[in-house]
Amino acid sequence: MVVMKMKFPFQKRVQLAKGLWLLSLSATVAGALTFSLGCILKTELLRRAEVMDNSNIHVVPNTLMIVGLASLGINYFASKICQDALDAGQFPRWKNFLKPYFAISSFFTVLMLLAVIMSFAMTGSLEFSLKVGLRNGIRFYKDTDTPGRCFQKQNIDYLQMAFECCGNNDFRDWFEVQWISNRYLDFNSKEVKDRIKSNVDGRYLVDGVPFSCCNPTSPRPCIQYQLTNNTAHYNYDYQTEELNIYLRGCREALVNYYMGLMNTIGTAVLSVFLLQGSVLVSLRFLQTSMEAVAGQENTEIETEGYLLEKGVKETVMEFVDPLMKFLLFTNKVEEAGAILV
Amino acid sequence: MAVWRVKFTKTKRDKLAQVLWILNWFSVLTGAILFSLGIFLKVELNKQEEMMADRDIHYVPNMLIAVGLIACAINFLGGKICYDCVDTNKFLRWKLIMLPYIIFTFFFTFCVLVGALMCYTMRGELEESLNLGLTQAMKFYKDTDTPGRCFLKRTVDILQIEFQCCGNNGYKDWFQIQWISNRYLDMTHKDVADRLRSNVEGKYLMDGVPFSCCNIDSPRPCIQQQITNNSAHFNYEHQTEELNLRMKGCRQALLDYFTHIMQSIGLTVLIIWLFELSVLTGVRFLQTSLENVLKQGDPDSESDGWLLENSFMETARTNLNIIKSLGKSNQIDDGNNGDPNINVPSTSIANYGPDNVPPKEAPEAS
Repeated sequence: MVVMKMKFPFQKRVQLAKGLWLLSLSATVAGALTFSLGCILKTELLRRAEVMDNSNIHVVPNTLMIVGLASLGINYFASKICQDALDAGQFPRWKNFLKPYFAISSFFTVLMLLAVIMSFAMTGSLEFSLKVGLRNGIRFYKDTDTPGRCFQKQNIDYLQMAFECCGNNDFRDWFEVQWISNRYLDFNSKEVKDRIKSNVDGRYLVDGVPFSCCNPTSPRPCIQYQLTNNTAHYNYDYQTEELNIYLRGCREALVNYYMGLMNTIGTAVLSVFLLQGSVLVSLRFLQTSMEAVAGQENTEIETEGYLLEKGVKETVMEFVDPLMKFLLFTNKVEEAGAILV
Repeated sequence: MAVWRVKFTKTKRDKLAQVLWILNWFSVLTGAILFSLGIFLKVELNKQEEMMADRDIHYVPNMLIAVGLIACAINFLGGKICYDCVDTNKFLRWKLIMLPYIIFTFFFTFCVLVGALMCYTMRGELEESLNLGLTQAMKFYKDTDTPGRCFLKRTVDILQIEFQCCGNNGYKDWFQIQWISNRYLDMTHKDVADRLRSNVEGKYLMDGVPFSCCNIDSPRPCIQQQITNNSAHFNYEHQTEELNLRMKGCRQALLDYFTHIMQSIGLTVLIIWLFELSVLTGVRFLQTSLENVLKQGDPDSESDGWLLENSFMETARTNLNIIKSLGKSNQIDDGNNGDPNINVPSTSIANYGPDNVPPKEAPEAS
């Protein structure tokens, strides 16, 4: 049972070959575009690597880069094949090459689709990674004298100013963490001693935030300390005050930023996928219609082209069987070896 | 005695024409680059226009834009001319235009040079403008309720964060102005009332700075208030503390930024000027060699090309005379009572052909 049989007169074959050549050229450009989009995404993720706990999300840009490079190779061969396709003398030399070529190309095209799906589906993983990373960043904010953590303060401050956010979920995260180092606390002062004594873990907690949470659009000078104490500041109501500090949490800000980036890239790569798929389908039709011409005296006859000779299931089994036999064979050899020993 | 005489065979002439054609198209590209550099500079200046007092600094990007556009047009025409110069017949239609074209382009390259030099001289005016602009902006920092100045606070804060600077010359500028609006001062409080009374003009001055002056590289949380008071903060000495606030003044920061941009642009324009000049020299050689070929009559023969037919001094003198006589063409010639039709016999010896015999007078008709 043949899948998608179509008749191909000589003129149609010629048109198919020419159209395919142009298509493969544009698909090559699209492949280079995919590679560069993967590079851009990876660079953006690496820039904020200090606030990410794990690098699971890096599988998306890595896959995009691999697929981009692979599609350059695939489309290069596609253009070469369709250039030879019209010459019945040159075409047969590609005969043995085409079956593995199609297998590999389909694999990489499916991988491209997987990359697109992953870029939409990995939001949860990214969010979790950012949650843990930001929590650690805020916790180690004060440790500017500990090797390996000296730059946490700088990174968090820069992040909060650049993304216009404060804290992990919101600014109250800073109330639960001691972000002022003991080096700068006067332990002789009564106020400091009281505060530390009133805390179970002996931490100096304040209802204040670092200066990087301050919002420049606020009409009044920034209120950083005693945020929840309305009487400490003139004409100030902390429940209704919205412009003083950034109300958005940094996790939400970063997730939105990266999701926006990945959505744009995902859409672009989806269109590249469609282009690549059409290149492969056209090449398959060209190959099958040209194979029927081989050996004939008159090369201008009408031939039939199809996608798959047998049904989908049978073709898959055809590919999988040698692979299974290979794996089972090695297994049997191991078993025999074990018995002998 | 010609200036820089070079012999040109037919193939050499054709090659020169082709090379010049390509170079002219490349020059169109460099003209477009000039234009875009002018636009870029204009955009950058406009981004910081709130920090600049009214000074005439926009003449530099405007000049670059105009020069860029004219360069594109001139080199486009030059490309067309050089393309036609390969064929001696086609050259004939450009023959009369070429010399004025070369002269015009020569004076235009001076404009390009002036544009490049202006980039370097703009610095002084820019510094003036920034000084005044920043002082104004800081004075109106607190006026977030005055229409027209509501966003000045935000602009100054973002400027100090982005350019990593504080105040006009340094952070001490903030000590001399009231940057906290009266709306947020509790006038009934003793401290506030004392401070206002102690100031001559009734301004609330303090040794504190806005949060945007804070340096993110500081290992300790930012100290914004009571900066000069060492005892107000633990383990703090304001004279030696360098990392707490930004030490650089915003005028210096902005000036450095713009000077860097203008130096790069100036250098690019100088390189473009040299390139234009060399293309112009090539076109001049092409023109003179083609004209000489036409004078000789045989289009395939060798001809001479030069920069100037006579030496510099003679050419200058000839041109001055031409300019003088242009001025004189309106004046009436005072000899012969202004009548140009009177025949004045020449005083030189007449030359009547090879045997030097004067012609017989024609017999009078009877």
